Amino acid sequence: MGNGHGPRHRGRDRGERPPRSEPKVLVLPGDEIPHRGLQPGFGTYRVGKRVFASVMGYVTWREPFVRIVPFAGRYVPKPHDVIVGIVQDVQKTFYLLDIDASRWAPLHTSGTPWEPGPGELDQYLRIGDAVLVAVENLDATGKIGVTMKGEDLGKLTGGTILTISPAKIPRVIGKGGSMIHTITHLTGTRVAVGQNGRIWVEGTPGGIQRVRDVLRIIEEEGQRPGLTERIEGYLQMTGPTDETGPQAPGDPSADRTEPHRTNEPPPLSFPEQGGGSSRIQIPEQETDEGEEPWET
Amino acid sequence: MGNVGAKEIPRLLTAEGRRIDGRRLDELRPISMKVGPLTRADGSAFVEWGDNKVMAAVYGPREVHPRHLMQTQKAIIQCRYNMAAFSVDERKRPGQDRRSQEISKVITEAFESVVFTEEFPKTSIDIYIEVLQANAGTRCAGLVAASLALADAGIPMADLVASVAVGKVGGRIALDLKKEEDNFGEADMPLALVPQSGRLVLTQMEGHMTRDELREALDLGTKGCREIYERMRQALRDKYDVTSAAPLQEAAA
Repeated sequence: MGNGHGPRHRGRDRGERPPRSEPKVLVLPGDEIPHRGLQPGFGTYRVGKRVFASVMGYVTWREPFVRIVPFAGRYVPKPHDVIVGIVQDVQKTFYLLDIDASRWAPLHTSGTPWEPGPGELDQYLRIGDAVLVAVENLDATGKIGVTMKGEDLGKLTGGTILTISPAKIPRVIGKGGSMIHTITHLTGTRVAVGQNGRIWVEGTPGGIQRVRDVLRIIEEEGQRPGLTERIEGYLQMTGPTDETGPQAPGDPSADRTEPHRTNEPPPLSFPEQGGGSSRIQIPEQETDEGEEPWET
Repeated sequence: MGNVGAKEIPRLLTAEGRRIDGRRLDELRPISMKVGPLTRADGSAFVEWGDNKVMAAVYGPREVHPRHLMQTQKAIIQCRYNMAAFSVDERKRPGQDRRSQEISKVITEAFESVVFTEEFPKTSIDIYIEVLQANAGTRCAGLVAASLALADAGIPMADLVASVAVGKVGGRIALDLKKEEDNFGEADMPLALVPQSGRLVLTQMEGHMTRDELREALDLGTKGCREIYERMRQALRDKYDVTSAAPLQEAAA
């Protein structure tokens, strides 16, 4: 990683991927892809010896698969993903969570720290509650099993849930957590990033609003390099959070509202250097449990 | 006998082979397509095609409602084609009627042949097509919009579905009929094509054609679909502004 790149590129949020050695290749459904002897992977299908794209996105050829990195699509669960679910139904022995995937995911009581008797489940979670869970197993029928047992998993109380395309989550986290650390640090918020594109944020209304703005920026220009630096500049330029919040003062009781998007997009161009304000609020535990486990 | 109050039948074809709006027989009406105008839907597209204006939205794969429609081995596709009350000259009585049910059904079946429904068992892919303004060929415009919306939603499918109507006007086979040609022409045949495999996934016909005319119409329609297909692909690329991305041929090396 990072070989051949000067320090200027240190913050490039490419995750663990090696630097791209070839230009991005865009495909649309039905395009034939040169498979280079690799197996058809995500977003592709095979007809005889030819491989075609089934979704729109960029092609990657990496042993042993040729696959598409899609531009859109619902969250596709992977084992061990940490995700934010919202309780949709309470059954006798399990909860049903909306995780923004193609199906609801059952959360059995065995996967929770509680031991409710039959019919007592709503003493712990009720419809509409948000929880941080991990994907435990996926079976062939597409059933998604989730568990609440694991470090930092559990019910999410307070805060707000914001959403972003699941494809942009690696950008939100940044390389080694650089982006999310920048965001929480400069907005004075605590966050839990779900791989399903839901991001739980707790902080002042103003801080939450600024996280929301930043997510919009990441969503709109997440593919451009140097994003972490520009987000940092943006947050420093827009200044520290005050109690009322700079743009959305009337949002104090926004408990788990579905993301409420502002109509005006945030400014999309920033100066090269941030304003460097020294009045930044730093949360008491800047690297607390609010971010660590979800960064990779 | 007189015309009994009927509007005069317009002259559909000039001696030079020009149509009522000046088009040649094999010419499409102007088309513009926009991918992703709606933010709430998983995928969406807006198509203006001649005087047609059609919006399509796609949701899913998601939980099936009503649950008894659920299929254990694959996703179901539910499509609703609907014409707005203000989409035609005389107010259309709102809501589903036999015509829109039929169109919803044939569009659903067209997409069932390209969407990889087996990848999402026990789910539903919901397609909503709203015709805001109609001027013949709305099912084709709806299909094109829905196809773009499916691609925008990232739903895996073998290919985009392109669609156009052909017909017989003033004794000649013509591409992409407009309202007067549809109303007063001799035949109207909407087609939907999967360009990559060359399969037709929707064919309907109203009126009469000879066997040779039908063959000519299918050829012309196929050509028209391929033209539409290229426009659709451009519309999808435009959404992501990917002029910088390398064409596929370069990467094949």
